Amino acid sequence: MQFKDTLKISVKGLSTHRGRSLLTILGIVIGITSITLVNAIGDSAKSMILSEVEGLGSNNVFILPGKQPTGPSDFGGSILNNSLTNRDLESLNKKSNVPDALDVAPIVFGPVVASRESEIYSTMVIGTSPEIFNIYGLGIDQGEMFTADDVTQASDNVVIGKKVADQLFGQSDVIGEKIKFKDNNFRVIGLLQEKGQSPFVNFDEVILAPYTTAQQHVLGFRYIQRIAITATSPEAIDGMIKDIEATLRDNHNITDPKDDDFYVTTMKDLANSVSTVTDILTILLGSVAGISLVVGGVGIMNIMLVSVTERTREIGLRKALGATNGDILKQFLTEAVILTVLGGITGIIFGVGLSYLATVAANRIWGLNFPFTIPISGIILGVTVSTAIGFIFGIYPARQASKRSPMDALRYE
Amino acid sequence: MALISVKNLSKIYETDGAETVGLKNVDLIINEGEFVAIVGPSGSGKSTLLQVLGCLDRPTSGEYMLDGKNLQDYNDKELAEVRNKKMGFVFQQFNLLPRQSVLENIKLPLIYAGINEPERTRVAQEMVDLVELQDRADFFTTKLSGGQKQRVAIARALANNPKIIFADEPTGSLDSKSGEIILNFLQALNDKGHTIVLVTHESYVADSAKRIIHIRDGNIEKDEPVINRRIISKEGFKR
Repeated sequence: MQFKDTLKISVKGLSTHRGRSLLTILGIVIGITSITLVNAIGDSAKSMILSEVEGLGSNNVFILPGKQPTGPSDFGGSILNNSLTNRDLESLNKKSNVPDALDVAPIVFGPVVASRESEIYSTMVIGTSPEIFNIYGLGIDQGEMFTADDVTQASDNVVIGKKVADQLFGQSDVIGEKIKFKDNNFRVIGLLQEKGQSPFVNFDEVILAPYTTAQQHVLGFRYIQRIAITATSPEAIDGMIKDIEATLRDNHNITDPKDDDFYVTTMKDLANSVSTVTDILTILLGSVAGISLVVGGVGIMNIMLVSVTERTREIGLRKALGATNGDILKQFLTEAVILTVLGGITGIIFGVGLSYLATVAANRIWGLNFPFTIPISGIILGVTVSTAIGFIFGIYPARQASKRSPMDALRYE
Repeated sequence: MALISVKNLSKIYETDGAETVGLKNVDLIINEGEFVAIVGPSGSGKSTLLQVLGCLDRPTSGEYMLDGKNLQDYNDKELAEVRNKKMGFVFQQFNLLPRQSVLENIKLPLIYAGINEPERTRVAQEMVDLVELQDRADFFTTKLSGGQKQRVAIARALANNPKIIFADEPTGSLDSKSGEIILNFLQALNDKGHTIVLVTHESYVADSAKRIIHIRDGNIEKDEPVINRRIISKEGFKR
């Protein structure tokens, strides 16, 4: 008996019970829909974050205090660590120490509530040096950036983001105006160009101040939380990292790299860890969706068993007319696989459709630049998994069917 | 020549430890071209005999030779092939597949015989013509009358040109007129050389056969030729 005929018989069998077939595949449809959706959104989120990380420039490295985190629990520790100092910054700025460094900018940051007259705005102060502009590709819309002199003198000149300006000043001019936070007055000398979300920071929503000012008058500590460095070229990065490590170890009197109280991370490292996190999330959510697939599969097995009992006479008749056990097994297994594959395809269509709606909604509501990607991996996974479920949960009912006696054809209801 | 030859055939059913005897040491020979009616009261074992002879069930013990082959050693797959190629079945309840056309029903044994299109359609069409249902060939079987359904069943039984046709109360669900048409077909098939084994409990049906086997309590009680055979129609097939 040819497979073509088995297929035809199975399709006939299913279309005879159309309503039931539809209900049967519902569980699979839901499961595959959620798997596709999770995959699609995971892919979109990943490509969005990665494109932003890459937008930062692949020449940048960041020095962070503390030990290189090896697991999620280490991250908290590194923020509180105070091993990077202003002296380190000075050493790194020396060409003789790190010849390949183009721009070096320290970063200190902390939350503040900024106010101007009756307007207040909860935001973040980033203390840095003018080199931050080159590193992050920032631009000035009005006024000017603070200078190296401002840093040396720990002046009260600050540059604010577009949103900060909108919140505190509305439509009116901002240059030369005063704003207040942490009981100190600051003078706005510049307005940043609107930039949107950058990795981990939205410059539209922050106040930039000289890092010395931020340390002394705002945050109240003397260490540095991050140092961002741009290399002269991508090829120079590896050598530059070695120079950075040597300089800092020298400063910190460290001989064994195991004792490092800082670590250097590149954009590539960042991209990798972002990928890892989104992958883990996708897998996690996908496994939750996978459970619904198992439930769907059990549902199919259940209905197929009922179907086998109901169609005892048909099975008996087919056997009386010459169908072998194998023919009957193939017929019912094919029915199960057709059901799950149909459910899988429907689920993929729903999943892709929903993820498209989700990206549109995310872009509209949160103003994200969330790309819609056809989740190829999700589609392949969906088809494979639904086929597999058809086989796994179809084999038992199909075996039960094939074991029926041809005598059943003669039994009268 | 002996088409069917059984010796010492027994069939014992076991349900919940209680044994029920279906057949007890039955010896029987049916030659090619015979038209045998198996009669007996209900529970006598006549259906069991038909099931065992039709390879729908295996005997508990005894020897079954069909067409010179000993079926005892046959596995399920080989028995399926025997049913498919050498036997045709007509059931009281017709057992047609609903929501499928007359032609598709007749094609079933051909599919399991591995016969491909267009040969399959050609043979099925021929069978439809034989049972005079040309104008119903594409009808769903649910749209047919009882008599027409049984004619489809006969056409289906004949599709692989089997040597024997087993008919289990073929007229049991029909009015007498339709029943006569079916018996007429069976007689005509027998005239063409097919061996017919028919189970019935109605004597007028049995009288249309050539030989009657009386079964009681799993034993052959009486085995006799029909003296005054009822010939339904001398014409046989119209064509």
